[in-house]
Amino acid sequence: MTHRSHFLRYIYIWIALIVLTGITVTTAGLNVGRIGILIVLAIAATKSTLVLLWFMHLSTEKRLLLKLLVPIAIGALAIFIGLTYSDVLTR
Amino acid sequence: MWLFILSEILIFGGLFLLYAMYRAKHPADFHAGSMELSRFDGTLNTIILLTSSLTAALAVYSTQELNKSRRTAWYLAATIGFGLAFLVVKTFEWAAKFEHGLYPRAAVLDARPHGEILYFGLYFTMTGLHALHVIIGMTVLAVVLSWVIQNKVTQQRSAILENGVMYWHLVDVIWIFLFPLFYLIS
Repeated sequence: MTHRSHFLRYIYIWIALIVLTGITVTTAGLNVGRIGILIVLAIAATKSTLVLLWFMHLSTEKRLLLKLLVPIAIGALAIFIGLTYSDVLTR
Repeated sequence: MWLFILSEILIFGGLFLLYAMYRAKHPADFHAGSMELSRFDGTLNTIILLTSSLTAALAVYSTQELNKSRRTAWYLAATIGFGLAFLVVKTFEWAAKFEHGLYPRAAVLDARPHGEILYFGLYFTMTGLHALHVIIGMTVLAVVLSWVIQNKVTQQRSAILENGVMYWHLVDVIWIFLFPLFYLIS
C-alpha cells in the first residue's frame, strides 16, 4: 500500500469509531431492556478491537507470540468477568 | 511495551470485575446512579479521546512513513490539546457531582441506597484512575514532543514515539469500556 492509502485508512478507522459511538448512544436511548448491556458491550469490544488492530498496529505485529498473547489475555479477562457476573446474578 | 499494556489492562480488569459483581447485586441502584451522569459530557469526552487517538496514530505515521518531524510535532501537540480538553470536561463533570453532594462519604450520598453508594464509589475510583492515566499520558507525550523538536526522534529511532503513543491508545481503549458501563446503562 502507498503512504496515501495508509493515511486514509487511519481516517476511515476514526470515522468507524465515531459512527459506532453514535450507534451505541442511540441504542442506549431506545430502552431495549436487558439486551441493551450486551449491545453496548459488543460495540465497545468492536471499537477497542479497531484501536488495537489498526491504531496500535497489532494487525501487522510480526512476533506471533505477542499477536496471540494480547487477545488471549483480554479474552481470559472477559471470561472471568462474565462468569463472576452470571455467578452473582444466579445465586 | 505490550506486556506493560497487559499489566495496565489487568489493573483496570480488577476494577471491572468489582463493577460486574456489584452491578449484578444492585442492578436497580446502578441504573439510578447512571441516570445522574451527564450523557452529553460522556459522549463529548468519548469523541475527544477517539480523535486524540487518531492524531496520535498520525504522529507515528508522519515520522515512520513520511519522515516529517514537523508534522509529527503538530500531531503530538494536538493530541496533548485533546487530552487537556478531556480533563476540562471531566473537571466540570466532577464539580457538578460535588455540588449535588454526590461524592464518597458525603451526607447526601450516604443517605442513598447501598448500591448507589457503591456505584458512585466505583465511578470516582475508575474515572479518577483513568484521568490519572490521561495526565501521565500527556506528560509522556510532552516529553516525546520535546525530543521530536530536538530531532532526537527520527525515522530510524522512533521507538519512544511509538511506545508513548501506544500508552495513549491504551487510555482510549479503557475509556471505550468505561463510557458505556457508567453512562449508558440507564
